[in-house]
Amino acid sequence: MFDIEVGSALVMGLILGGVILISAWLIWLERRLLGVWQDRLGPNRVGPLGLGQVIADMFKIFTKEDWVPPFADKLVFMVAPPIIMICILLSFAVIPIAPNVGIIDLNIGLLWILAMASLAAYSVMLGGLASNNKYALLGSLRAAAQMVSYEVFMGISLLGVVMLSGTFNLREIVESQRDGWYILPQFFAFIVFAIASVAESHRLPFDLPEAEQEIVAGFHTEYSGMKFGMFFVGEYIGVLLASALMTVLFFGGWLPPFGIGPEDSIVAGIFWMLLKTMVFVCFFVLMRAAIPRPRYDQLMSYGWLVLLPLSLINLLITGAVILFQGA
Amino acid sequence: MLKPVWEQVKVLWSQVRTLGMVLAHTFSKKDTVEYPDTEPYMFPRWRGRIILSRDPDGEERCVACNLCAVACPVDCIALQKTEDEEGRWYPEFFRINFSRCIMCGFCEEACPTHAIQLTPDFEMAEYERQDMVWEKEHLLINGTGKYQDYNYYRVAGKSIGGKDKGEAQNEQPPVDRRSLLP
Repeated sequence: MFDIEVGSALVMGLILGGVILISAWLIWLERRLLGVWQDRLGPNRVGPLGLGQVIADMFKIFTKEDWVPPFADKLVFMVAPPIIMICILLSFAVIPIAPNVGIIDLNIGLLWILAMASLAAYSVMLGGLASNNKYALLGSLRAAAQMVSYEVFMGISLLGVVMLSGTFNLREIVESQRDGWYILPQFFAFIVFAIASVAESHRLPFDLPEAEQEIVAGFHTEYSGMKFGMFFVGEYIGVLLASALMTVLFFGGWLPPFGIGPEDSIVAGIFWMLLKTMVFVCFFVLMRAAIPRPRYDQLMSYGWLVLLPLSLINLLITGAVILFQGA
Repeated sequence: MLKPVWEQVKVLWSQVRTLGMVLAHTFSKKDTVEYPDTEPYMFPRWRGRIILSRDPDGEERCVACNLCAVACPVDCIALQKTEDEEGRWYPEFFRINFSRCIMCGFCEEACPTHAIQLTPDFEMAEYERQDMVWEKEHLLINGTGKYQDYNYYRVAGKSIGGKDKGEAQNEQPPVDRRSLLP
């Protein structure tokens, strides 16, 4: 039972625990990094390097009053926060961590992730709608507007990778990058996907559904206690998922860069996968530290007028090249 | 045809440049002063905890003129004038309610004798609200504070025991009205 292979109980438990722990400590990482880039220190008091801050915050959030507003749609209000957690955690099922390490080898892995990401967007919309609060409504309105603008080109941008590797299976996509990562042939797809995944995880600069400077806290204005905690941790799991996905699709997953070290070792695979993922997580934080938020009509027009044509052209050229090479 | 593309490239470059500039801050010096561990330098004219100073002879400078209490915008100063046997005025009690005090320094500006002064100390937190009310014995210090040579009774014309009219520094003897002949 306790053997390392795809789908064994040990691997599943480790991945689930690892994902939740890492994404909890991403909160610490983000606050420290934001501090570094804003010439501050960030939380450094609780425990070594301030690592205990997460535990302290967890205690705080568990002991807070979990208030359901009397004017809210109670059922939907309660159901919305778990949706984002569950959907994004389910997406991790198809992410290949290392050789033989993963939860399932789904032959439609990429589609599964896109589907789960779309479902997670419902959590934000439903949460905002059920709150029966005008700021929450504005937030979920923006979430809907954002969703229709990014989901299209996010899917299309990934098709280039699918065409090159000839499969939707993420493990096979990684395997097919042994001769070269897809970041080079699919550079524009990577740019488009990176922007889309920022919008997907509702992070600055595309955190329009939250936009605390404009609409209080957006869709989770009325949420408190652990329900808010689920939205909060869900956002960080989303960041981790997006980073892992970028690693798997464009940066060779667990494959070492420039052939350094063993190629098919599990430990080295986990190391490279984590390292690459963390670099992207730091990039997410850097974007939050640096780039201001656009208006949401700007985001929509940017999505439809720039990124969608870009990803379509990328798809067209990739297809032409594959056809030319195959002929 | 190419102009909008060029515009987008410029927009993208601007964002990338922003990212680079923020990333460069990784190596810049942090502005944070970790306060309880490292004490920041407090400037001598910082407006912090209020004290009552003494003159160079070690006597209370306060003459209980009430100007500080009048100037105080939050009415946190209370005092009562009394007089000793030499004729010097001094406060019978002098009470500052630091839970009201806003450290504006108006009392220091109003004080004609440099008695009330603000100091660079700001660590005044208490657990009991009543502990924020300071009486004269808490406020009085043994030094002159920021003005080391000033002694009100030595320069003022008021006569007190041991110093009659006309004997103060830079003071002319009082005019003898009867000697003023036409």
